[in-house]
Amino acid sequence: MTKRWFVGGAVLAGALFLLATSVPGQTGYKAPRTGDGKPNLNGIWQAMTSAHWDVEAHPAAAGPMWELGAQFAIQGGAGIVEGGQIPYTPEALKKKRENFANRTKLDPEIKCYLPGVPRAMYMPYPFQIIQNPKYIMIVHEFAGAVRTIYMDNHTDAPAPSWMGWSNGKWEGEALVVDTKGYLDSTWFDRAGNHHSDELHTIERFSARSPDTLNYEVTINDPKTFTRTWKMSLPLYRRVEPNAQLTEYRCVEFSEEMLYGHLKKKTSE
Amino acid sequence: MRRISAGALAIAVAMMWLTANTTADQQAAGASTAKPAPRQGSGQAAASTAKPGAKPYKAPRTPDGQPDLGGFWSNATYTPLERAQNITKEYYTPEEFKKVMQDAQARDETQTTPGTTADVHYDFTQFGLDKSQHTIAQNLRTSQIIDPPDGRLPPQVPAAAARAQAQAAERKQQGGQYDRVQNMPNGSRCIIMGGAGPPLRDAGYNSTYHIVQGQGNVMVLTEMIHDARIIPLDNRPAPPSGLKQWVGMSRGRWEGETLVVETTNFNGRNPVGGGRGGGGSSDAVKVTERFTRISDEQIEYKFTVEDPNTWTRPWTALNYLQKTNGPIFEFACHETNIGVSGILAGARADEKRAAEAAGAKTGSR
Repeated sequence: MTKRWFVGGAVLAGALFLLATSVPGQTGYKAPRTGDGKPNLNGIWQAMTSAHWDVEAHPAAAGPMWELGAQFAIQGGAGIVEGGQIPYTPEALKKKRENFANRTKLDPEIKCYLPGVPRAMYMPYPFQIIQNPKYIMIVHEFAGAVRTIYMDNHTDAPAPSWMGWSNGKWEGEALVVDTKGYLDSTWFDRAGNHHSDELHTIERFSARSPDTLNYEVTINDPKTFTRTWKMSLPLYRRVEPNAQLTEYRCVEFSEEMLYGHLKKKTSE
Repeated sequence: MRRISAGALAIAVAMMWLTANTTADQQAAGASTAKPAPRQGSGQAAASTAKPGAKPYKAPRTPDGQPDLGGFWSNATYTPLERAQNITKEYYTPEEFKKVMQDAQARDETQTTPGTTADVHYDFTQFGLDKSQHTIAQNLRTSQIIDPPDGRLPPQVPAAAARAQAQAAERKQQGGQYDRVQNMPNGSRCIIMGGAGPPLRDAGYNSTYHIVQGQGNVMVLTEMIHDARIIPLDNRPAPPSGLKQWVGMSRGRWEGETLVVETTNFNGRNPVGGGRGGGGSSDAVKVTERFTRISDEQIEYKFTVEDPNTWTRPWTALNYLQKTNGPIFEFACHETNIGVSGILAGARADEKRAAEAAGAKTGSR
């Protein structure tokens, strides 16, 4: 009897401990370590959501180009915005709607522009993390976009840029990346969700199993939103034995739509 | 635009090094009956190669045990790929090299005429477009090509000339260079720069690289158009023949202190060893690179190019990656490429003016 009580108490205590220490986005999983003892996040990762169409919840719908029919129609999804809705200011919401209405002309993805953050993280293309004590690189397949995360010698952005200026640190199991210095030219998705040059993102990457990561990003931009908000999603490892980023050098795919009107009339 | 430039300072510093190291180099040459030791740009590197029988440099290790190539590097150089026709020796003397650098510096400074449009567009001394403002990986070699021994690209096979002719005919059929964006050079379109490689070739400016090693991979970021190449080290099988890329597909391995990278599967659209008039390698080219860190400040960078569709034999070149200051800022080229729209719009405006002038002439008759 005493023994039973003891075991039951231990189980209860264990459960309470788990409850007390489990934070949203943390599973208690401990990643394998790199040579310098940090969680090993090296690998090729990819999101599996329809958030690249719209980070908010959205039903399936016809795509922006009717000619492509069901092939380039919009896949529905529950969204990745915590709380469901982006807290836009009234003016910013108006701009979002204008962006959506003119998305085939305005979306920087169509133009093969560097996608910015966090959009690059959940586009339907893989990216690779190259982890080193001083620098962590995130290399994206889309447009060959690159982000350098400075793990020491943190500085402010020397000038604004498409992918922002990232300073990183380890907080236990999580890689925390603080990024500012963004241009206002990137979007969050194909639905026209947007931000200003005051965008400040704080991302947390932590392993949730050998082949999945938890990714969450806190968005702060007082020019565009009434409060700080958050998106979160899992990232999946590309486990194919020879997985490798494939070149998606998309400039030439965008040139006809960008410069076609400037071609010589007789050169068709 | 003439002023005491950073370039002049760079030459002064380089000459101080050359003077300081001549004795050591002469000793090295004297102690061996073999070819003179290559002379490198930094004092430390020169010292490491100068002492015969000295222990070779051993690079620090990354946390996963690779020799550490990490950091920011420059391969800007005044040493041309091919030896000039009128030069027959392998090395310049320090005095000769001083003159070579001064002449190059003078050429850089006279590229634009003060007060002209070109001068406003490219202020070479102001914005670092003047090569001599860059960290320069110097050596006294008269060419980067070390094999064939004459320092020049080997003769081409007949198929290469035929290919160049076919390409020229195709270009002609596509119309003038400014008829449409697709006819313009890859670099102007921000697709890829000529020297992006592999192999890594020095450029007129921004010859900067960031190497970051993660477990099982080496990443080489080229400053120009943020080209990041990830080289896997896991002995994976050769890439499938159906997948060809602008930069090919790389496979790497460590041979002692040397990172050996073999790259195949090029799409042939950014040829290696081509001149301004075109030419260069085909999509069958194989590039083998050898990165060896020879001091805290330098990586020796050797590459061999094999392409039976282009050259009668493989050729090998040598350059140095010289430690430089980071960071590298984002090179968003395409995103703000107003050059392309400006050039095309200008060409259309010219055509319009010409048509109007022709119309007026006809009308006045």
